[in-house]
Amino acid sequence: MSDSPVTRGFRGRKPAAQSDRIPPGQHLTHDFPVLSAGPTPVTSLAEWSFALEDDDGRLLAEWSWEAFNALPQTDIKTDIHCVTTWSKLDTHWRGVSFDTLLQAAGLPEAPGDYVMAECDGDYTTNVPVDDLIGGKAMIATHYEGEPLPSEHGGPARLLVPHLYFWKSAKWVRSLRFMQTDQPGFWEELGYHMYGDPWREQRYAGD
Amino acid sequence: MPATDGPAPLPRRLQWHIAEIADIIVETPRVKSLVLTLPDWSGHMAGQHVDVRLTAEDGYQAQRSYSIASAPEASQVALTVERIEEGEVSPYLTQDVRVGDRFEIRGPIGGYFVWTAAMDGPLFLIAGGSGIVPLMAMLRHRAAANGKTPATLLYSSRTYDDIIYRAELEGLAAQDKSLKVTHTLTRKQPSGWKGFARRIDREMLQDTGFPPDARPRIFICGPTPFVETAAGILFDFGHGRHLIKTERFGPTGG
Repeated sequence: MSDSPVTRGFRGRKPAAQSDRIPPGQHLTHDFPVLSAGPTPVTSLAEWSFALEDDDGRLLAEWSWEAFNALPQTDIKTDIHCVTTWSKLDTHWRGVSFDTLLQAAGLPEAPGDYVMAECDGDYTTNVPVDDLIGGKAMIATHYEGEPLPSEHGGPARLLVPHLYFWKSAKWVRSLRFMQTDQPGFWEELGYHMYGDPWREQRYAGD
Repeated sequence: MPATDGPAPLPRRLQWHIAEIADIIVETPRVKSLVLTLPDWSGHMAGQHVDVRLTAEDGYQAQRSYSIASAPEASQVALTVERIEEGEVSPYLTQDVRVGDRFEIRGPIGGYFVWTAAMDGPLFLIAGGSGIVPLMAMLRHRAAANGKTPATLLYSSRTYDDIIYRAELEGLAAQDKSLKVTHTLTRKQPSGWKGFARRIDREMLQDTGFPPDARPRIFICGPTPFVETAAGILFDFGHGRHLIKTERFGPTGG
């Protein structure tokens, strides 16, 4: 960073109080911007299901909307960080934690070291299992006390808030366990395989 | 996986480059284009964006993404920036910068919302406000590459004076029968205005666009509600999901 030239006349605005919660290269927003690559998919709740699959796509467990919502619910308050450089603090989410899903599926441990999140609209993203267990991730169905709006990924999205937000896949319908790390949609297009905002892992090679 | 038309993958490591402002073009009262001198630039595809990083004297840095406005064929990279009143970066880039000022840039980024003249099928571009910028790169590329596939731009602005690239768009349409440019002005129209005068809707998209059978490649860029509306209607019309590519921005691009 020290070799960055000074931009004449630029002073910027330091978000004083919360700066230790804003990763490098990010700025605070109070809005909730939407980023998706195509039309917002609409799946009726009657047709909606959520599945865990093994590496070959075989079903390990599947829940209807009703069954999914009958699983034990978890509430979290967390900060989120989008690779397009906005961060939002103290967002509230409700859903089913990844740990609860494993338990409900009768899996003593995850059958693979990575998952591919697969979504309506064909979006995919890869996440290591270590970043999902121990309360680190959930399938979120509620945001700020309301059902998650479709443009923000409703009825359900993956939430992995400690990674850049493209990892928190909208409209998620299954998690497929993988033995090896495979790139998802944005990762194929040059975004970072892991995406840690605190290490500013935006693009491949960062 | 969605069809991605196989754009080249990004290089393994995106380096920061130092850009120097070679020219500043006033596009509208709130929008300026910055023409940049960028040694060692690797080139880009129409529709891609860059990350811009500004550094204050005390070392404080701010980083934002901006779409590239220039065609890949242009000799210099141009960004077009709209001033966001509460913004941190865009007021600087639209009010304070002078020719010769320097900042850092890296990219190009994004291999999905891209169009090349080699792609088949008609091109249907739908822009809301400064969402025109990556679409303009596509139209400039199409003109530079002498592209012949039919193309239509439907462009929604608040007022006549808010239309970015107005004269250039008129010129492009005048010299190319296969390009149609249609404006809608949502807030105020000059007297004698012949274009649309309302927000985009089904009828407007039906009247200006191509039928699904023609398999147009559709690119929509603008504020979130604009993009949600346009993409939803076109999907309902029967256009393939993977032919509708969107880029949304909130009021936070500042």
